[in-house]
Amino acid sequence: MESTFLPAVLWLAILGGGFGAVLAWVSQRFAVEEDPRVEEILEMLPGANCGGCGCPGCREFALAVLQGKTTPGACAAGNSEMVLKICSLLGLKAEDQLPMVAVVHCQGEKKKAPELFDYDGIEDCRAAVVLAEGPKGCVYGCLGLGSCAEACPFGAIKMGENGLPVVDDNLCTGCGVCVTVCPKGIIELIPKEQKIYLGCSSHDRGRKVKQVCAVGCIGCGICVKVTSGEGIQMEDNLPAIDYREGPNLVVAVHKCPQDCFVDKVKVRAKMTIGIDCDGCEQCKELCPMGAIEGEPGEKHRVVREKCVGCGICVLSCPQKAIFTMGAVGYVKD
Amino acid sequence: MHQLFVIFVAAVLVNNFVLVRFLGICPFLGVSKRIETALGMGVAVIFVMTLASVGTQLVYSFILVPYNLQILEYVAFILVIASLVQFVETILRKMTPALYQALGIYLPLITTNCAILGLALLNVIKGYNLLQCFIFAIGAGVGFTIALVIMAGIRERLEFSDIPQSLRGVPIALIVAGILSMAFLGFSGLVKL
Repeated sequence: MESTFLPAVLWLAILGGGFGAVLAWVSQRFAVEEDPRVEEILEMLPGANCGGCGCPGCREFALAVLQGKTTPGACAAGNSEMVLKICSLLGLKAEDQLPMVAVVHCQGEKKKAPELFDYDGIEDCRAAVVLAEGPKGCVYGCLGLGSCAEACPFGAIKMGENGLPVVDDNLCTGCGVCVTVCPKGIIELIPKEQKIYLGCSSHDRGRKVKQVCAVGCIGCGICVKVTSGEGIQMEDNLPAIDYREGPNLVVAVHKCPQDCFVDKVKVRAKMTIGIDCDGCEQCKELCPMGAIEGEPGEKHRVVREKCVGCGICVLSCPQKAIFTMGAVGYVKD
Repeated sequence: MHQLFVIFVAAVLVNNFVLVRFLGICPFLGVSKRIETALGMGVAVIFVMTLASVGTQLVYSFILVPYNLQILEYVAFILVIASLVQFVETILRKMTPALYQALGIYLPLITTNCAILGLALLNVIKGYNLLQCFIFAIGAGVGFTIALVIMAGIRERLEFSDIPQSLRGVPIALIVAGILSMAFLGFSGLVKL
């Protein structure tokens, strides 16, 4: 026993120590000089190696970001603070790196936008669309067969009870697979911070839209008027909205006669005017809902029933006397 | 010469590491979704197997046998394999970044694969000399690659097949693996070793 014990320990120690020494020397001698920013970016990343960005790990993602193959915003696990930090390190414009999520520009469930015929083919939108543009009366509308939900690599799209896809913002990484899959082209990537989007894609005229859908855009243009046209304009009977510009669409949600807009925020906080108000009336003139009342020179007040929480008055107030009080208040009816 | 050829054919077909010896099943299922990645993995395995086979054999015949330390073969082999792969990876990264990129993540992954350790232990069991070890390792690696590529080819086609819902994904892959394994048993009479 004793004859093997000592040599065993000895030789293993020699082997291990020898290999260790060789490896140490090799790693010094053959050290690869890497861009130091890789390590810096790597430190800022969550380090979860989740693969949500499409790279095998965080290191590969950091390399891809450095080479400009992807954007810091593609990191599914990182928050906007991390994106900003990486952008400032690399001198990138942060505005282009906003995390995006997919939205479906259609609200026409079967009850509201009936189908013209029973489709009994392959359960796939791309197959259905070959047959007379699909069963739905509105040629622009969602077919509801769930090709996007099936294609989503992150399981972020589920088919809702009403037969329309529902995107889970927390799971969506903005990869855009669904956008390419949808044969109707009604899925778009918009900044995650943009909570309001248009729930219609129809370029038809108002009368025709009303024949096929109860919640379709009739192209009246009211939304453009009430939002002062920033980042939104009428194009071919449908408001064309540049979501990257972050237009304030809160008022449009409430003024739209067809209820075409979707607000992901279910409850928006109402405004309150504080004692600093000197009655300059600027907010009163600006309020698109006419929700502010009061005499010139006196403290104004917000009519809570009318306020929709768009926040335009907050920015206009020179005294900074307007603020929001909690999220208790308005529920869209 | 004849014997070397027999060893090679036996390692590739008759005693295929994956389909007959059931070694290295993890990458067989994990990396066989696309032919391209299967080939990459296969090449990396041939590379590591050859290195490890020769390396472990040297350690075995020049250290373990003279000092009567055969009981240490597992520990020593794992040590040798891990260090070798790390060694090669570091050097490759410096000298040929292209090859390093091509082998990519597979190189460190293979280190912990049982096929490599199995190969080293089989060398000892069969009492091969250094040249035979070398040939045996290449044969084993080629056999592994063939099994992986065949599997990947089938799985690529399975994507478009009408498979019962409950069997989609891994279940059908396991069934395919079983049938493939049975098919390879047909080679068992090819050479006698």
